[in-house]
Amino acid sequence: MASYNLKVNGKEKTVNIDDDTPLLWVLRDELDLVGTKYGCGIGQCGACTVHVDGVAMRSCSVPASSLTDSEITTIEGLSTEKLSPVQEAWKELDVPQCGYCQAGQIMTATSFLKQNPNPDNQDIRNAMHGNICRCASYNRIEKAVALAAKKMS
Amino acid sequence: MKNQDKITFSRRNFIRTSALASGGLLIGFNFFTACKETAQPPVDITKLNFNDFNAFIKIADNGYVTIFSPNPEIGQGVKTSMPMIIAEELDVPWEHVSVAQGILDTNNYTRQVAGGSQSIRFGWDALRQTGATSKQMLINAAAAKWNVDASTCNASNGIIKNANGDELGYGDVVNDAAKLEIPENITLKSPKDYNIIGKDAINVDMEHIITGKPLFGLDYKTEGMTYVSVARPPAFGQKINSYDATAAKSVNGVSEVVQFGDKIAVLASSTWAAMKGKKALKIDWAKDSTLENTSDHNKELNKILDSNSLDVRREDGNVKKAFAQADKLIERTYESPFLPHNCMEPMNFYANVTTDKVHLVGPIQTPAGTARRIANLIDRNEEDIHLEMTRMGGGFGRRLYGDFALEAAEISNITKQPVKVVFSREDDMAAGIYRPAIKYRIKASIKDGKVTGYHLKEAAINSNMYGLIPNFFPAGAIENYKVETGNYRSNITTGAWRAPYTNFLAFAEQSFFDELAEELNVDAVQLRLDLLSNVEDGKDPSIEYSAKRMIDTIKLAAKKSNWGNSSSGIYQGFAAYYSHNTHVAEVVDISLENGKPKVEKVTVAVDCGIVVNPTGAKNQIEGGVIDGIGHAMYGDFSFENGKPQDVNFNTYRLIRMKETPIVETYFVENELSPTGLGEPGLPPAGGALANAIKAATGQILTKQPFIKELNSRKTDLSA
Repeated sequence: MASYNLKVNGKEKTVNIDDDTPLLWVLRDELDLVGTKYGCGIGQCGACTVHVDGVAMRSCSVPASSLTDSEITTIEGLSTEKLSPVQEAWKELDVPQCGYCQAGQIMTATSFLKQNPNPDNQDIRNAMHGNICRCASYNRIEKAVALAAKKMS
Repeated sequence: MKNQDKITFSRRNFIRTSALASGGLLIGFNFFTACKETAQPPVDITKLNFNDFNAFIKIADNGYVTIFSPNPEIGQGVKTSMPMIIAEELDVPWEHVSVAQGILDTNNYTRQVAGGSQSIRFGWDALRQTGATSKQMLINAAAAKWNVDASTCNASNGIIKNANGDELGYGDVVNDAAKLEIPENITLKSPKDYNIIGKDAINVDMEHIITGKPLFGLDYKTEGMTYVSVARPPAFGQKINSYDATAAKSVNGVSEVVQFGDKIAVLASSTWAAMKGKKALKIDWAKDSTLENTSDHNKELNKILDSNSLDVRREDGNVKKAFAQADKLIERTYESPFLPHNCMEPMNFYANVTTDKVHLVGPIQTPAGTARRIANLIDRNEEDIHLEMTRMGGGFGRRLYGDFALEAAEISNITKQPVKVVFSREDDMAAGIYRPAIKYRIKASIKDGKVTGYHLKEAAINSNMYGLIPNFFPAGAIENYKVETGNYRSNITTGAWRAPYTNFLAFAEQSFFDELAEELNVDAVQLRLDLLSNVEDGKDPSIEYSAKRMIDTIKLAAKKSNWGNSSSGIYQGFAAYYSHNTHVAEVVDISLENGKPKVEKVTVAVDCGIVVNPTGAKNQIEGGVIDGIGHAMYGDFSFENGKPQDVNFNTYRLIRMKETPIVETYFVENELSPTGLGEPGLPPAGGALANAIKAATGQILTKQPFIKELNSRKTDLSA
């Protein structure tokens, strides 16, 4: 066990963890940020997606101890006063069914739109392919990413 | 089945009304006794432990309404759609209504279950009556205050008015209303006057979901709670011989290791530490019973199909005679593997067993049955059990079984501390209660250009199709008809999986009809319409579907999909299926990309009666269809020496964005009572896809997953 300083959603946090502890479990169990979800633990499903220095990353597969110099953003930190354009689009199109995977979907979409603000449908499909939705809300995720791009332009 | 504007009901539908100490009115109502006599409980009633639903609504003294919904939310949308029905008849603005998840309350709710796509169907009358009765009580209270006859008053949008132009809000009279007798002979709204039902209402948990608020079982925690990872036998048919926990106990954060039955629980201060501790356990597993293989299951199921001593589930006419006199006989055997549910939220449950009470929190589709089993298991009175349901990260049938909750209760009982059992994905997939592997053999006879006989045999692991399925189409449409079933008892645990049995049966039958159509040289859609024209609705009361509704649904799907006139390079496949009281027809459009089928679009027509919440309804259909296509295409799960061969998403393939077709959904418009949508969209999808692949390539698929069968044939489909 060792003490590490992390910057999560703009706030400095000190955690006492083993150096192999994935960021996911530090967020969920130590920092009470449970919006980031556990789905597979091996980077295959995308439910645990967060932003590290603005880039989408699978928090289940990266040790928190390696991120002491990074800005970590979770779904809880995506918007403060009002919903982000991606969240607005998700709401407008009534995307979620069970809702469990959606935080990860939103984090992936947000990071993707930063890199590609004017995607076509094929770009969106490629970008979102790594995130599983077991309820299969894929049609609406695809439409919501396109709508969010429109809102941001 | 026609809706009535006026439904007579008695006070027994309401189980309690009371004024609240905090102000406001509380009304309890009983779903089950409020059901019309013609409403039948779902067929698998004993298995699903599914019976009546009760719920409460509270009207606060500011006029705002809360419904305590007893029905667990697993993503099927009832937490939104059920309150809409109350709000419609109570006549309050939708914005003034909120819904709270009811806790398990065995005194006030008799049984609380999500299953069988039945929540809306059973809730329809009761929810409307409750809303309308409450509205009348509020009107009666206002009339008394004004000293006028209640019949001269009316109410809408939360405001009561009288003939003199006076107005009172619901909140102004709610405390008086709570003291009144429950009125009878309430008039319900006509569907043409609906303001809320039939209009899109977004998911009531939307803001919480998209901002990452704690909602799910996995998110629940209490001060001092310990996380638990459980080592279970890696293969079905194994038990613990011995184990060494030395290394596990030396993992940072691990506090305790305990054996219970043939499982070992590792308790720790974090999920990660518990999981690491479990990996560090050294366990010597021993054989306890047969270690089964998928290849053995194949042989056993084939033996059943070949046998002549199966259980006859329905028999019309004389199939043997029809076969003997046939011009032509067609026979096919269809095979499907086991399937894990793979809810995105792995199984988990919180338990705190103390001398005072047993506190349980988590995602469960069957809270009452689970609480009873826990009381039994740890020898407690049912009254000690306090169970709270969380939102569920998917159910698909897996959370009907409370094994994970029982584990949590047992571990808390042994270790005397609050615990949260968390399954890893590997635990979730390897300790499943799977959709059983099933085979169907269908044989049909053709004589003088007509289908004269139909014989279906089912061979399944552990259990067979539930009671009403033999009465689904084509029962009633073919003169000589027989359904027989048999099963092989396995130690691999199996259970309900979204649209039990029909999730594969529909593929088998709907593919078979396509072959029959080809043999008869008739269009595939026309064959269904021809067969359905043999059925007179109501003539044989055992027949489950409505031929008229199915015909209308099929025609809508054919029209909207441009059936028979698809554009160049697009191949179409058709399937129609009735299940869970809803009629669905689907047309799958595929293209070939480098010789491989690419699913482009699915056009779906649905008759579920009145559509309560169109956006939610479409969500269910889109999800069900893509789920059906995904599992038909990719779902594969096998056992070697009792051990599941896939335990995570690196090898177990679920459908993803790029493989997903666009789903277009159309509803048959009518004013019939609504039926469920969580399951019925799924069954036809696999058959429609197989028929599209056949249209494109001539390949007849008989085994799921299709991808495996196509690859094994090494067919260049572009050839």
